[in-house]
Amino acid sequence: MKRFTYVRAVSIDQAIESLSVHPDAKLLAGGTNLVDLMKYDVATPTTIIDINDLPLREISETADGGLRIGALVTNSDVAVHPSVARHYPLLASAILAGASAQLRNAATVAGNLMQRTRCSYFYDVLTPCNKRAPGSGCPARPGLNRNHAILGASELCVATHPSDMCVALAAIGATIIVQGPNGLRAIPLADFHRLPGDAPEKDTTLFGNEVILGIELPPVLEHHRYSYLKIRDRLSYAFAIVSAAVWLTIDDEAAISTAQIALGGVAHKPWRNTAAEALLIGRPASRVNFEQFASMLLSGAVALSENDFKIDLARRTVVRALEQAASRTPQSQSDKRIH
Amino acid sequence: MDQEQTVTGKSIFRIDGPPKVRGEAKYAAEYKVPDLLHAYVVTASIAKGRILSIDLSAARQFPGVVEILSHKNRPWFWPVSFLYKDAAGPPGKPFMPLYDDRVHFSGQPVALVIAESYEAARDAAALVGVTYKAEPHATDLARSPAFIPRKHRIGVAPVPHPTGDADRAFASAPVKIEAAYTTSPENHHPMELFATTVEWGDNIVTVYDKTQSPKSVELFLKVAFRLIGRKVRVVSSYVGGGFGLGLRPQQSVFLAVMAAKSLKRSVRLVLPRDHMFALGYRANTVQTVSLAADEKGRLQAIRHKAIAATSQFEDAQDPILLFSASLYRCDNVKLNYELAKLDTVSPCDMRAPGAATGMFALESAMDELAYALGADPLALRLTNYTERDQSENRPFSSKALRECYAQGSERFGWDKRSHAPRSMREDKELIGWGMATGAWEAAMSPAPARAEVRLRSDGKFEVTSSITDIGTGTYTILSQIAADELETPIERIVVRLGDSALPFNPIQGGSWTAATSGAAVQSACRKLKAKITSQAKKAGVLDRRPGTELLSASALADLLKLRRGGELSATGTMFSPPFGKRFSSATHAAVFAEVRVDEELSVVRVTRIVCAVAAGRILNPTTARSQIIGATVMGIGKALHEDTAYDHNLGRCMAHSFGDYHIPSNADVYDIDVVFVDETDTQVSPLGVKGVGEIGVVAVAPAIANAIFHATGQRMRDLPITIDRLARARSRAS
Ligand SMILES: Cc1cc2nc3c(=O)[nH]c(=O)nc-3n(C[C@H](O)[C@H](O)[C@H](O)COP(=O)(O)OP(=O)(O)OC[C@H]3O[C@@H](n4cnc5c(N)ncnc54)[C@H](O)[C@@H]3O)c2cc1C
Repeated sequence: MKRFTYVRAVSIDQAIESLSVHPDAKLLAGGTNLVDLMKYDVATPTTIIDINDLPLREISETADGGLRIGALVTNSDVAVHPSVARHYPLLASAILAGASAQLRNAATVAGNLMQRTRCSYFYDVLTPCNKRAPGSGCPARPGLNRNHAILGASELCVATHPSDMCVALAAIGATIIVQGPNGLRAIPLADFHRLPGDAPEKDTTLFGNEVILGIELPPVLEHHRYSYLKIRDRLSYAFAIVSAAVWLTIDDEAAISTAQIALGGVAHKPWRNTAAEALLIGRPASRVNFEQFASMLLSGAVALSENDFKIDLARRTVVRALEQAASRTPQSQSDKRIH
Repeated sequence: MDQEQTVTGKSIFRIDGPPKVRGEAKYAAEYKVPDLLHAYVVTASIAKGRILSIDLSAARQFPGVVEILSHKNRPWFWPVSFLYKDAAGPPGKPFMPLYDDRVHFSGQPVALVIAESYEAARDAAALVGVTYKAEPHATDLARSPAFIPRKHRIGVAPVPHPTGDADRAFASAPVKIEAAYTTSPENHHPMELFATTVEWGDNIVTVYDKTQSPKSVELFLKVAFRLIGRKVRVVSSYVGGGFGLGLRPQQSVFLAVMAAKSLKRSVRLVLPRDHMFALGYRANTVQTVSLAADEKGRLQAIRHKAIAATSQFEDAQDPILLFSASLYRCDNVKLNYELAKLDTVSPCDMRAPGAATGMFALESAMDELAYALGADPLALRLTNYTERDQSENRPFSSKALRECYAQGSERFGWDKRSHAPRSMREDKELIGWGMATGAWEAAMSPAPARAEVRLRSDGKFEVTSSITDIGTGTYTILSQIAADELETPIERIVVRLGDSALPFNPIQGGSWTAATSGAAVQSACRKLKAKITSQAKKAGVLDRRPGTELLSASALADLLKLRRGGELSATGTMFSPPFGKRFSSATHAAVFAEVRVDEELSVVRVTRIVCAVAAGRILNPTTARSQIIGATVMGIGKALHEDTAYDHNLGRCMAHSFGDYHIPSNADVYDIDVVFVDETDTQVSPLGVKGVGEIGVVAVAPAIANAIFHATGQRMRDLPITIDRLARARSRAS
């Protein structure tokens, strides 16, 4: 671990100010990702700005009836909050599918948004990695890529975003509220994480001197059907190989009226295809339609040497999650049986 | 004392439980030593080549750094490798950290930073700049040439000789199968990290080490570091899991003592989890098994070939084929055992070494044969049951495997199984029931074991032995044995273990500790009891009433008073096996597994396991059951999760933590039902004990693989059976 200076921010403005003064500073929230990365010398900030005293721990309703969740609210607190459980059960379910109870108690909303890939080369400073050390190369592409991206990857980087929470936020259509030297900015979740392209070192569109204040969830006008289905290498406590978040409404005539579906574990960001979603609208919630949708969602998928199975698995996972949602039997996160 | 009152055979909670829970039980890295320095290892990034330069300029300036050792400035070693041999080492040249500029494997120690604090050592280690001249490496078993090892590893059963003519019998048999199986490398990750605290003194060097043999570490250090004139004491009072990685003196103790010796200071080295991947692993294998039978299912031929990974510098060997010739009755058996050299650290023993790997292939093949015959897999095992060890042509000292099959299948409800694959289903899941046989050596240690017991002035009996308790319950069972032998309440027994200053014991491995060290304790107690009885009689203080303890507290006090404070003690020694070559002896198990497979998504749940074990006399059902449950969980990991991922382009193990090396989580473990069947064995060891440390893991992976076949119709021949493999098998089939 590289030695660093520790600063405890007393105000949002001060945190922004500190970030501007120390370009390689990092904000510290729950520390469950950042401290790990520092221990492995993957992250080597010279300054740590602890933001845990900032007033960002509230969950409140927004003027339009949506929900605003502060950046420092823990993953556990989000998952059990009555408004979340009632109106956004998909979000609660996705959070509970991730990590462990201990980690969720420490992890925060902003930290979860900003968590970095789990690519094992990224984590190992004795190997090249374009994300960690730009220009050094990507051993994953010819090497171990069993759990790497099948969508949106670039020549330089095939890493995935590992979050479960963000997949649900993508389906729900959350907005990230950030503040920088020039004031507030609202970034739709779809635009928050980026594809690796030729700058894989950049995970998000957040500027270095901006602080996430929280997220806003749009109002829910009717009861959504949902399911978060996560497929992983063991039944608990593992990152997704693929996951699917389904956020669906079905009208009185049994036709799909809204469909927002995101995939996790397959790309550098939660993956959505709004054109494919649009084709579901007005159609019956049937397996055939789900399968068609899944094929279109995965249409651009490209396999690496070891992860060909993920394309088909992703398709099947989306279909199953759609079925679970449509039949109002969302995947349980405690009973590991998938139905 | 009559049966009712004995404590052996009873479920006693482990006596080391309370001190462990209270934090009083000290592990190697927990000893407080004055003026302690801390060390951290710098590891190699290449798999093979030479170190060109080591830049220490930044690291040396790091506050708190005391010294940085590398091959350039390490203390002198004997340049002859046989001096670095250890009790469990295979043929070859043992790896010596920081010996020269050669890199033998990725993750190899290339420098050691010693500093005033752990953090300073770790952070300075990151500043050490090493440049290499890399050479072409090989880490892929499938691409490495195989050879027959020239020298046999001492202490490991040799590959059984061929019998009959397996090739001919195979060619002419009416029913046969032949298949290739692979197993992945698995790494040791006991909860306790490998760690050593060296307390350096002018006359005595005390080494707190994580090991399965304080005595062999002591001998090793004395020779390797020329500490002959000094007293060396190795203490391992508590060990948080051994599983075989602690059988050899590890890099940690080597480096820590090297540092302490060169600085004449006390030093601690704790290997972090990622460095543990460079300590030794269960060898990955490629195996082929061919089985042939007549129409009635009687085996006509068994051929089993295994190619196992080893390092470039040692020919690590494990008894992979140990049971392929003796588990079933068959006149024609041919076995081939080969190795392939890789640029990795040497593989090492890991719980039921060899057997757990070989029996996966053999027992999967038996299941394949059962389906080729249209026979029930359990019935096929019974058809080929043998009461004799055919490969050695001698009887077993005892073999209650038939009872394991009977009681295990009954508990499991095997008779309700429908034979056809894919014939059982509930909702979206296919259900599969599979079974497999397990076997492991019931050995006594080849080296003698000693124990001492003494009557202390406080009226307690103190049992001492250098043997460790690697979490298996050794403290507890030795207390039980002593309590019964001395006819005294278990509360009056104190056991001290894991210290090379105590009476000699060999390595704690091979599941032989209960039988061997237990017998030494038994013998010591018997001698002491005779002494006490005769002295008490002489002194007229023997106040024994039937059914009471040997000596009441007051009688003991009288006796001790008469001796004017002098203590009474006796030593017991257990010499090699009580019988020569007249018997074979083994523990057996029958494992029945239920899996539920979501076929569409390739997700497997192991919802039920019944494990019936025949292991002679069970000294303590609670601690024995824990051994079997733990081993079963390990078996689930072997079947479904554990795989040390290598990047063959880099020649580097890319698993660095429990994040990328999966073991079962709680959610992966459902019901495990353990049954110990009665097995009386008067031959195997003085206590009738066979040992239960390893048998539990052997049959789990094949039982699960066979259950997955029954559920899905897909034969999974490569471990671990991961989602990608299942998905590919399904898409191949459709
Ligand atoms: C063993 C393990 C298993 C896990 N399993 C899962 C899993 O299955 N699914 C899953 O989704 N996640 C999993 N996680 C990841 C976990 O969700 C993240 O570590 C956690 O969400 C990070 O939150 P934190 O508050 O601890 O962030 P920190 O570690 O404090 O910070 C992470 C990053 O966010 C930045 N940051 C924090 N707050 C702000 C802010 N307000 N504005 C701007 N930047 C900010 C930090 O600077 C840092 O770069 C796992 C983690 C571990 C260690």
